[in-house]
Amino acid sequence: MNVLIPTPLLSYTGQRQVQAHGATVDAVLMDLERQYPGIRFRMIDEQARMRAHVRFFVNNVQVRDLAQALRPDDELIIVQALSGG
Amino acid sequence: MPTTRKSSAKKTVAARPNGRVLLCVATRKGAWLLHGDATRKTWRVDGPHFLGHIVNHLVLDPRDGRTLLAAAKTGHLGPTVFRSTDRGRTWKEAARPPAFAKATDGSKGRSVDHTFWLTPAHANEPNVWYAGTSPQGLFRSEDGGNTWTPFSSINDDAQYRVWMGSVQDGTPDGPKLHSIIVDPRDPKHLYFAMSGGGVHESTDGGQTFAPLVKGMEVVEGFDPGTITFHDPHCVRLCPSNPDRLYQQNHCGIYRLDRPSDTWTHIGKAMPKRVGDIGFPMVVHPRDDHTAWVFPMDGQTVWPRTSPEGKPAAYGTRNGGKTWQRLNAGLPEQHAWWTVKRQAMCADAHDPVGLYFGTTSGELWMSRDEGKKWVCIARHLPEIYAVEAATL
Repeated sequence: MNVLIPTPLLSYTGQRQVQAHGATVDAVLMDLERQYPGIRFRMIDEQARMRAHVRFFVNNVQVRDLAQALRPDDELIIVQALSGG
Repeated sequence: MPTTRKSSAKKTVAARPNGRVLLCVATRKGAWLLHGDATRKTWRVDGPHFLGHIVNHLVLDPRDGRTLLAAAKTGHLGPTVFRSTDRGRTWKEAARPPAFAKATDGSKGRSVDHTFWLTPAHANEPNVWYAGTSPQGLFRSEDGGNTWTPFSSINDDAQYRVWMGSVQDGTPDGPKLHSIIVDPRDPKHLYFAMSGGGVHESTDGGQTFAPLVKGMEVVEGFDPGTITFHDPHCVRLCPSNPDRLYQQNHCGIYRLDRPSDTWTHIGKAMPKRVGDIGFPMVVHPRDDHTAWVFPMDGQTVWPRTSPEGKPAAYGTRNGGKTWQRLNAGLPEQHAWWTVKRQAMCADAHDPVGLYFGTTSGELWMSRDEGKKWVCIARHLPEIYAVEAATL
């Protein structure tokens, strides 16, 4: 499926849009980690929780649970939350 | 207990050659390397590295003079460690940055917010590093910082978890494990400190630790027997006398001479109008009677600025019996910055060069052990750490 990468993670992928596969959001993130080592830990902590300022959307609906099921034609958008200074 | 030496006599070791100095500057918005010549009068600026990253510590490995580790994160992304084996020309990310063990008992489990402190291990342990994190955790790498393993003896120990307190007990930007010290005589003899949570010592390479807080004061009204109330800001071991440690604490300046386990409050000799609160602690590389601090305003709501807006370092030449104000060249008034705990250091030259970075993004140095200061960089982001390496 298409995965849209936020600019803070472009150093890993080199491109805004990449392809990754998996039956759940978590599985897609694991596939991203396989392709781009280190990228998952910047988004998901060691307790398998989403980091505070990273958000995931599937078909423009926010993901609340990383176990959420996905279909091959879904689109995953990763964004950094509007915060900081 | 490691071998101890009598520390009453003044100890000196031979001066190292006055080589080139590399300053490793970590800031809230990236890292910079300043390459100095042997006279320490000309500096070439290399940076920014990791622009936009919050870099808490940038350290050159003294064992090879080439490897750099940077503890980094951004405001949005999780923490990581970047590694360079060519003194900053190229960087690679650690394959497994410091991370706590995953909770298996249904408890919430902790996650590393940022790696705060990096310490190269003993000279006889090449590629071994230690890291301290926020919230408090101790980690070790045996492959030059590429992969990190948590110390379960600290991070998962029920007693230590109590002593660490909660996030609310820590400093405003998160409780920290810092001041990881390796005894140059014995790689298994370690110290570390926690804000809050006290100073701790291991003599078995970190399998077990014990508190080392006797003599240290805590905030008025609290029980100094409760380890979690202790707030060491920075602890340094004297390279010329590893039995002597100096400490800048939330409650003053202390010295400890092993094998004693009781800290002496040497900050009582500081001028009352300045006080003895601050973040950094710097020791002389060859003279265990000489140390420097940079006091800040710790009154009322803790402004954490220079007292009265008049910044000054203070130095002692007699182990803390007396202190001298060292502010020649620094702003005489209206300077409301301070110096964080990793942002002041010394080089190995003779006379020793002192360096500090300010919360307002200025980098200052003294070529004569604090007698006169000059600003060598300004307009940097808030400076978190400055390390000086003699090449």
